[in-house]
Amino acid sequence: MAEEKKLMKGNEAIGEAAIRAGCRAYFGYPITPQNELTAYMAKNMLDKKRVFIQAESEVAAINMVYGAAATGTRTMTSSSSPGMSLKQEGISYLCGADLPAVLVNVARSGPGLGGISPGQGDYFQATRGGGHGDYYHMVFAPKSVQEAADLTYEAFDLADKWRMPAMILADGLIGQMMEGVVLPEERDLASLPEKPWAAGQGGGPRHVSSCILVPEELEAAVRVRFARYEEVRKAETRFEEVNIEKAELVFVAYGTSSRVALGAVELAKKAGMELGLFRPISLWPFPSARLAELAAKGKRFLAVEMSMGQMVEDVRLSVASSAGAGKADVQFYGRCGGVIPSEEEVLAEARRILGK
Amino acid sequence: MELTYGHPKSLKPIQTKYCPGCGHGVIHRLVCEVIDELGVQERSVIMNPVGCSIWADLYFDFDSVQVPHGRTPAGATGVKRCLPDHLVVCYQGDGDLAAIGTAEIIHAANRGEHFTGIFVNNAIYGMTGGQMAPTTLIGQKATTAPYGRDPGEAGMGYPIRVCELLATLEGTRYLARGAVNTAANTRKTKQYIKKAFEMQLRGEGFGLVEILSPCPTNWAMKPGEAVEWLEENMISFYKLGEVKNTIDAASASPATKEATR
Amino acid sequence: MTEKTFMAGFGGQGIISLGMLWVYCAMKEGLEVTFFPFYGAEKRGGIARASVVVSDREIASPLVTSPDSSIVMNLDSLPLCEAIAKQGGTLIVNSSLVKVDPKRTDLRVISVPCNELAEEIGDAKFANMVMMGALSKATGAVKLDKLEAVLKTFFPESKHKFIPMNMKAIEAGRAAV
Repeated sequence: MAEEKKLMKGNEAIGEAAIRAGCRAYFGYPITPQNELTAYMAKNMLDKKRVFIQAESEVAAINMVYGAAATGTRTMTSSSSPGMSLKQEGISYLCGADLPAVLVNVARSGPGLGGISPGQGDYFQATRGGGHGDYYHMVFAPKSVQEAADLTYEAFDLADKWRMPAMILADGLIGQMMEGVVLPEERDLASLPEKPWAAGQGGGPRHVSSCILVPEELEAAVRVRFARYEEVRKAETRFEEVNIEKAELVFVAYGTSSRVALGAVELAKKAGMELGLFRPISLWPFPSARLAELAAKGKRFLAVEMSMGQMVEDVRLSVASSAGAGKADVQFYGRCGGVIPSEEEVLAEARRILGK
Repeated sequence: MELTYGHPKSLKPIQTKYCPGCGHGVIHRLVCEVIDELGVQERSVIMNPVGCSIWADLYFDFDSVQVPHGRTPAGATGVKRCLPDHLVVCYQGDGDLAAIGTAEIIHAANRGEHFTGIFVNNAIYGMTGGQMAPTTLIGQKATTAPYGRDPGEAGMGYPIRVCELLATLEGTRYLARGAVNTAANTRKTKQYIKKAFEMQLRGEGFGLVEILSPCPTNWAMKPGEAVEWLEENMISFYKLGEVKNTIDAASASPATKEATR
Repeated sequence: MTEKTFMAGFGGQGIISLGMLWVYCAMKEGLEVTFFPFYGAEKRGGIARASVVVSDREIASPLVTSPDSSIVMNLDSLPLCEAIAKQGGTLIVNSSLVKVDPKRTDLRVISVPCNELAEEIGDAKFANMVMMGALSKATGAVKLDKLEAVLKTFFPESKHKFIPMNMKAIEAGRAAV
């Protein structure tokens, strides 16, 4: 039976979903706007006799995650943009050692210390392997508190399944706002998948390492990993479509900006205009094939982001591989610095493009 | 006939990549001998750091987790918290521990993490080719201190005494400094390691054994000269012995008491 | 039905509790809700603002930029609330602290002396609850018809002794519209 709907902050819902997914070790360092998440984990992990450490830095926290993941433990860290930059070293090592972990970025606006208001300027860092070396990891962008909980819960399964980190890329609005949420059921820790590769289970030595000093051997290992990335692309690409068929112009937006774009779609409808929304849920893998199909059908796109234009590059790459390559119209509208665009201004931009 | 001396079971019977006269091989052996004596090979994890000992997984015949440079104590924290019944050995060099990883070691020690630090101090960066370490002695030459370490005009700072630094932290219970330049010092060092490992298995807080170790290659000496240089220059600055020991004497095993007599 | 409300005041006036309770009651009445408090670096004082949406269907933007209704708890908030209110929107003004009339003539302006009404009940701290009663009556978006039962699930047991005061304040707010 489904649980009763609870009113929760995004940050808290992410924490509770992680605990229910079987997260046994959480490591974090305070940073706004994700502090409620670390505090939630402190209280609830300790109550459940699970591991919680307020680390001395984000650098230490991600490496504690690395150590916990090496033992096969379901583990998570969370932070916000400047903290995620610090974690990139550890994320590269997690990917290099094929370790599963869940990483949460409740993003704010940058660069530098920037501001603490919501931002989407971490898209490149999140989707391109933000640390050194050749790698990717999964990235999921929730649009609501409910989806933040659901994706976090699922991220633990996917990280284990594919032996790579899965990131939840939220932002300050998703983290700070409250919505109704029905939480997923609590996992029985005994039911979690076996990890025969993990350290600490006896029966002969196991080595967890990203270090391969012979070039040909390292190349072979990276190629194996990239073959796995292809499988992930096939299996884990997620997106949502709203009113695409009739739409004269399709917004492409994720997370918070997709909510704003949906508002613009609704406003347009009231004014007798048909607009649509294509919402990538997985940012890596990016739903390129579907966008290419839509481009081939002659759809026009307006990417809406809380950045100066990052995801729009993936939209352009996607439509460049479509049948109508080169003709597809991809426009961009963005706000940055922590400014969330209004549905009215997004609609106005759509009108300008359509000449209506 | 009783076997009184042999190759440790936990150490693979292969030749190491270490330079002639390097202390790592001896230290690896000491760690493995103690692990065998404690009978915990099946439940030991070594954290192999960035530095010459990055190849630890080639030599230690038990689980290993390799971490980013300096983050070894953070990685060890994650491993030990998730495997509390395991012996977790956080093996670090002087660059890893006393330069890039100072935050991690201080906070792991301060939390009283239940793993054991094995801190190999050879007063130089080995793997990268002889650069100045935080533990390089004043006047000692390095590729990045070509005229010798100069804390004055060149602003190169002073050698860090790690055990003494950590001793101020409430979370630390056992801090000792040994050396592997002579047979007597080596035997003593093994006793320190054993005490620290036993303490870890009893769950009594943070312990670390610093080990002064020769690096003939980067000191530009012959192995014989290196052990003498260590004796004459390092030990006078880095005093040997137990720097801090708050382990309840009654809880130490009879074997350890015997050995330390 | 979708009611987008913008709530504004200064820190300490209970804007955040008001927003949270409003959406909690709405959720218990079966509505979709979203409540986004604007967060700042300062922990005390300063401005307090929140975007609050309740609806009988999926809510698009949680950011209220053209509110159906606005709550104006202090004088400083009046210019902003007036500027962003949608054509013909509702402005509920805490007339205890806002003695100036809005300039716009298209708005439905409701004056409620929240502080005075709360003081009459016994504590000026309940001014935000007076405002919530007024918001319910003025918009009809959240009925607050099973208020007592809902408040019992909202507040922890240790705070249940304050429920009668909250209910009185909410009633007084309703009656003032």
